[in-house]
Amino acid sequence: MSVVTAEGLSLTFPGDVQALKGVNLSIDAGEFVSFIGPSGCGKTTFLRVVADLEKPTGGEVRVTGLSPEEARMKRAYGYVFQQPGLLPWRTVEGNVRLPLALMGQDRRTADQRVASVLKMVELDGFGNKYPWQLSGGMQQRASIARALAFDAELLLMDEPFGALDEIVRDRLNDQLLDLWRSTQKTVLFVTHSIPEAVYLSTKIVVMSPRPGRIAKVIDNPLPSDRPLEVRESTEFLSVASDVRNALREGMH
Amino acid sequence: MMLVVSAFVLWAGLWALNIILARRLSEQHARIAVPVIFGLTLVLVVELMVRGLNVSFVILPKPSEMVVRLFTSYEMLWEDFAQTILKGALTGYIVGCGAALMVAFLASWSDFLRRGLLPLGNFVAALPVVGLAPIMVMWFGFGWESKAAIVVSMCFFPMLVNCVQGLAATNAIERDLFKTYAASPVQQLGLLRLPAAMPFVLNGLKVCTPLALIGAIVAEFFGSPSVGMGFRIKTSVGSLSLDLVWAEIIVAAIAGTGFFGLLLIIERSLTFWHPSQRR
Amino acid sequence: MVQWLARSVLPVMTIIAAIVLIWYAAAVPMNAGRTYMMAPDDAEIALPDLVSDTWAQKKPRLPVPHQIVVEVRKQATFSWIWKEKRRGYKRSLIYHTWVTLSSTIFGFVLGLVLGVSLSLAIVYSRVMDLSVMPWVITSQTIPIIAIAPMIIVIMAAGGMTGLMPKGVISMYLSYFPIVVGMTKGLRSSEPILEDQMKTWSATAFQTFWLLRLPSAMPFLFPAMKIGLAAALVGAVVAELPSGARAGLGARLLVFSYRSETIPMWANLVSAALLAGILVVSFGLLERAVNRRLGFRNAGDVTS
Repeated sequence: MSVVTAEGLSLTFPGDVQALKGVNLSIDAGEFVSFIGPSGCGKTTFLRVVADLEKPTGGEVRVTGLSPEEARMKRAYGYVFQQPGLLPWRTVEGNVRLPLALMGQDRRTADQRVASVLKMVELDGFGNKYPWQLSGGMQQRASIARALAFDAELLLMDEPFGALDEIVRDRLNDQLLDLWRSTQKTVLFVTHSIPEAVYLSTKIVVMSPRPGRIAKVIDNPLPSDRPLEVRESTEFLSVASDVRNALREGMH
Repeated sequence: MMLVVSAFVLWAGLWALNIILARRLSEQHARIAVPVIFGLTLVLVVELMVRGLNVSFVILPKPSEMVVRLFTSYEMLWEDFAQTILKGALTGYIVGCGAALMVAFLASWSDFLRRGLLPLGNFVAALPVVGLAPIMVMWFGFGWESKAAIVVSMCFFPMLVNCVQGLAATNAIERDLFKTYAASPVQQLGLLRLPAAMPFVLNGLKVCTPLALIGAIVAEFFGSPSVGMGFRIKTSVGSLSLDLVWAEIIVAAIAGTGFFGLLLIIERSLTFWHPSQRR
Repeated sequence: MVQWLARSVLPVMTIIAAIVLIWYAAAVPMNAGRTYMMAPDDAEIALPDLVSDTWAQKKPRLPVPHQIVVEVRKQATFSWIWKEKRRGYKRSLIYHTWVTLSSTIFGFVLGLVLGVSLSLAIVYSRVMDLSVMPWVITSQTIPIIAIAPMIIVIMAAGGMTGLMPKGVISMYLSYFPIVVGMTKGLRSSEPILEDQMKTWSATAFQTFWLLRLPSAMPFLFPAMKIGLAAALVGAVVAELPSGARAGLGARLLVFSYRSETIPMWANLVSAALLAGILVVSFGLLERAVNRRLGFRNAGDVTS
């Protein structure tokens, strides 16, 4: 069953900037799809269209069988931004509880849920801290916990680890993979990093700029159980080289 | 002569003490001890200088005489305080700042209104609005109502500018986040815009505090019943009872500083998360 | 250009138009009392007559804008230079605006000097920071108008009258934003650049002149604009208790005793115009300096 489908999707910004042109894509439930490409290729824009943060100027998008706006109103997805975007006046717990409060969940159920997602991202014990008292990696984990809080089927992640150092990033990648395997969510993941895309995804969408479009869709044959060492395997390196070649071709 | 010399010695001694305290004491203690010693030094030096140089009472009374007057005339001072500060300044302050907040709410719904109000508000905030005082006295009479009215008009625009800016002080990610949650406009106001605006709101309240005091006292120069701090200052200067004038100044200073301090405490507890407040 | 007009100018114009409309409308009920008072008992006054009368009274409670404009144009003369010199008082608005402007500028310059030197002391000396800064803030919570008569008395004892005490009162209001802005500015230079200066073993003065002072400029100018506006308030307020006979504040007091509302409003409008001209011309200076120093101006096109 397709969770996200796009047909002939186009988006032109004022000033005749073609952010997306003729994008066709279908993403099945339980997939982990990475979007990779140089800046201006429309990968973030695509995610924002799915989330109904941008309106397409042509074509059609369905999210869980609904229009993006309907999906947003039903709170069908969780979104993780490039920056943590935690409200500085709320504690970590308060931030994770925010979407639940907005959806009118009662306090006790919400608190249980908050505790369990904080545990999932290994932030138990930090619930009473304020975001600005945490490191960048912990803040981003809190923001992932917030996106998981209301248990939506679909997780949209826009370069969530872009601003973090490589060591923290590896660790968070590992955790994210565990999380995806245990929750069976569908993940759309925007990244700049080839190793990150290959390590995490079941499918890699390579995009190219001017106009933003899909250059190639690469299926990832790696087994779903991936220890960090998989990144030294020849299989991993060959997928990575496919992605690199697709990126290079897309530049022409 | 001895007194003048001792004034200088005292000044040098206490300043040296402050230098030592500033180095030795912990940040927290130094922040209180050093300014307090500085203030005391100033008062003592003035007292000694006035005594030593035989400065006439009609120019500058001794600080000790001012304090004595503060206690002997406290009933009159209290009445003046109630008339000018509690009735005039405080009422006007609450009404003016409250109205500005309401208008800022309206402006936060409409981009057009915000674009119109912000430059205009900024401009009016730079005008000497205090000049409206005689007109307010003409419209609202000699009582405290005219004082409250001038305070309203002085506080409104500076507060408005701060509130409008504050309610717009959310970043794109925060707004997108609330959109992905399909949050209602009321939820967005209560949970995002209002908390984000608090540093600006408090800044506005701080800016308006001295304005309110100035407005209420100035308006009394254009007409007042025979009570009030501005009235008392005006008449006491005329009758050369300068110790009373200074007693009124001390009352005004305590009221202004006390209120400002209260705002600082509120600011500290409400906007502890703001980068300027973090410790 | 069209977009700029629609986005920036149109909303401001709309609100100004609304204010003027409300002003004219409000003048009718506010001045109606006098119209009825002047009319014979139980006379019926038709609405058009009522409106035209309330907009043309001699001493209305609320003069309408065109009455004020006419009054400003009538009073804004240079006639005092050759005509009114021997008479005891002068009517020209330009003359009184000039009197207030001169003490505003004098007070502002004093405030600038005091503010900048205090902030230098505060930034470079911890003792000054700790002892003076709280009192600088306290000084602003003491209403200037309460101290103004005392400043005038004390300075008169020292033989200083006229411009001097008014300037000092203006200074009292205008130094504060400058201390705060300049202190913030001098502390705003980036740590990485401070370290860079250190690697070049620059002297304290070189670091100040080449790094800290330029970094302070974007903070200093807005602070100076606020200080200038505050100096004008100070100048107007200082004229109230000083027994001054010239200046916009002094005139305001005189007209208010005589209930001459139209001249009062004309005075207020000149004070507002003066403030506007001061702030706008300062804004232009700010843009020029910032551009020279390579800082981005608020209105510049980004990216």
